[in-house]
Amino acid sequence: MTDLLKLSGVHTHIGRYHILQGIDLAVPQGQVTMLLGRNGAGKTTTLRTIMGLWQASKGEITLAGERIESLATPDIARRGVGYVPESMAVFSDLTVKENLVLAARDGPLDDTQLDWIFGFFPALRRFWLSRAGSLSGGQKQMLSIARAIIEPRKLLLIDEPTKGLAPAIVMALIECLKEIKRKGATILLVEQNFFAARELGDTVLVMDNGTIVHRGEMAALAADVPLQERLLGLSLEAHQ
Amino acid sequence: MTDLAATDPLPKPKRDLAPILLPVALALLMIPLIGSTSSWLTLTAASLAMGMMIFIMASGLTLVFGLMDVLNFGHGAFIAVGAYVATLVLAPFAASIQADSLWMNLAVLGPAALLSMAVSGALGLVVERVLILPVYGQHLKQILMTTGGLIVAEQTLYALWGPQIIPMPLPTSLRGSFILGDVAIAKYRVLAMLIGLAVFIAIQLVLNRTKLGLLIRAGVENREMVEALGYRIRRLFLGVFMTGSALAGLGGVMWALYREQVHASMSDDLTVLIFIVVIIGGLGSIGGCFIGAILVAMVANYGGFLVPKLALVSNILLMVAVLMWRPRGLYAVTSR
Repeated sequence: MTDLLKLSGVHTHIGRYHILQGIDLAVPQGQVTMLLGRNGAGKTTTLRTIMGLWQASKGEITLAGERIESLATPDIARRGVGYVPESMAVFSDLTVKENLVLAARDGPLDDTQLDWIFGFFPALRRFWLSRAGSLSGGQKQMLSIARAIIEPRKLLLIDEPTKGLAPAIVMALIECLKEIKRKGATILLVEQNFFAARELGDTVLVMDNGTIVHRGEMAALAADVPLQERLLGLSLEAHQ
Repeated sequence: MTDLAATDPLPKPKRDLAPILLPVALALLMIPLIGSTSSWLTLTAASLAMGMMIFIMASGLTLVFGLMDVLNFGHGAFIAVGAYVATLVLAPFAASIQADSLWMNLAVLGPAALLSMAVSGALGLVVERVLILPVYGQHLKQILMTTGGLIVAEQTLYALWGPQIIPMPLPTSLRGSFILGDVAIAKYRVLAMLIGLAVFIAIQLVLNRTKLGLLIRAGVENREMVEALGYRIRRLFLGVFMTGSALAGLGGVMWALYREQVHASMSDDLTVLIFIVVIIGGLGSIGGCFIGAILVAMVANYGGFLVPKLALVSNILLMVAVLMWRPRGLYAVTSR
């Protein structure tokens, strides 16, 4: 399995804080790689650094063999990287349709792709002409993910998509992400919901204090309760 | 947890009409205070005309604020430059301006306004690249750089045109008033209202009916996410900055014709008004800017008529009142 994304010795400073302290990671093509860790471990910073929203102060980031650490965010996005931030960041003054029109950068909306998305998130069809700001939290998350997949992407960076959502909506999101995975997408997924992590993850990376402290198969971590407790402070069983 | 499940019906978005009704309510409130209907109509027409001119000058600034969080204290330079550039066309064609033919007047005024917009827009390009680009994200430096730029622009105008006030007479066909019964409404004010309304409608059409407009609205709200979708917002900002500068130039020509004079520091008082409009309208909101401009003009005109001594502070009082009601302006677009 080739690695679509590789980070080698990546450091990120935000102001005077040294957040990422030499990250080495690889995201295999066509797999879902989970990025786990306690709050403040540096997971979001890792995604933002890959996306160019915070500049890496040192190290190499390679996407499909091309160095991208010094590229601007729009150039990284144009190389096929979709980003779903933790805050969802839907444009609340725009309608659902307008949010997706903007996300479909290279042309008009593809009806087949839209129907596929509506299959998972029927609410988006229903509220097509409603302002995104008036959607519920779950619907905003659906829109945020829909925006990332409205066009084919090489890599999806998704930051805690299930955070704060009702169980029914979490299940819908998991099904959607499974389907995206079946279509061959490569995903780097930050997640605190261990049930979702176990359902979706092929491989797992665990972060602590700005470094990767564990890498392996998701299934192996899910089966090893003492390892979960050591790395994450809690076991998966406690979250079921 | 979320307030709604995915399948729940969505509450209809509320239309926020209160700010729109504010100038209407203010105008109606003034009828008994002013007493004479004809005076009220004249003052209201004057307010609308003045408000439209202020809106034209302020519209670019509010988008610049909202889109890139840039504090441009030098916006007034574009107003003054626009007015001076117009004199380059109007002075040699003074005979056409004095001719008693609307078409001949407009045949000179039109190119003068277009040239002013082109020069102000080009100056906007230079200011953005030279003064603002190096200080993105640094508010204090933005204030210093743009204030310095304003001083340099004013002194350059003095050096090129001299310190004297340059007269800019209204074209003959725009002098005088339309008389409706015992109400007189100046012709030029009607033209100012029409141009202001046309600019407002054009901006609204671009913002709401085009992908470029979607990008601007999205960028005002969350420019980082717009970049994460693959759009180069700096280029977009440059375009908005140049358009805003060009509109300020147009506003400068209109204001100079309104006052019938041009001088290098003509924008000093206007800049204060424009900032008040942008702040009470809500940073980045064109609708708020439009209503704010009308409110500011109404307070100046009605206030000047009723309590002349309050004229100097009336707009500050208006800003205080609006911000106490809505601390982020009439229509809050950004979270700033």
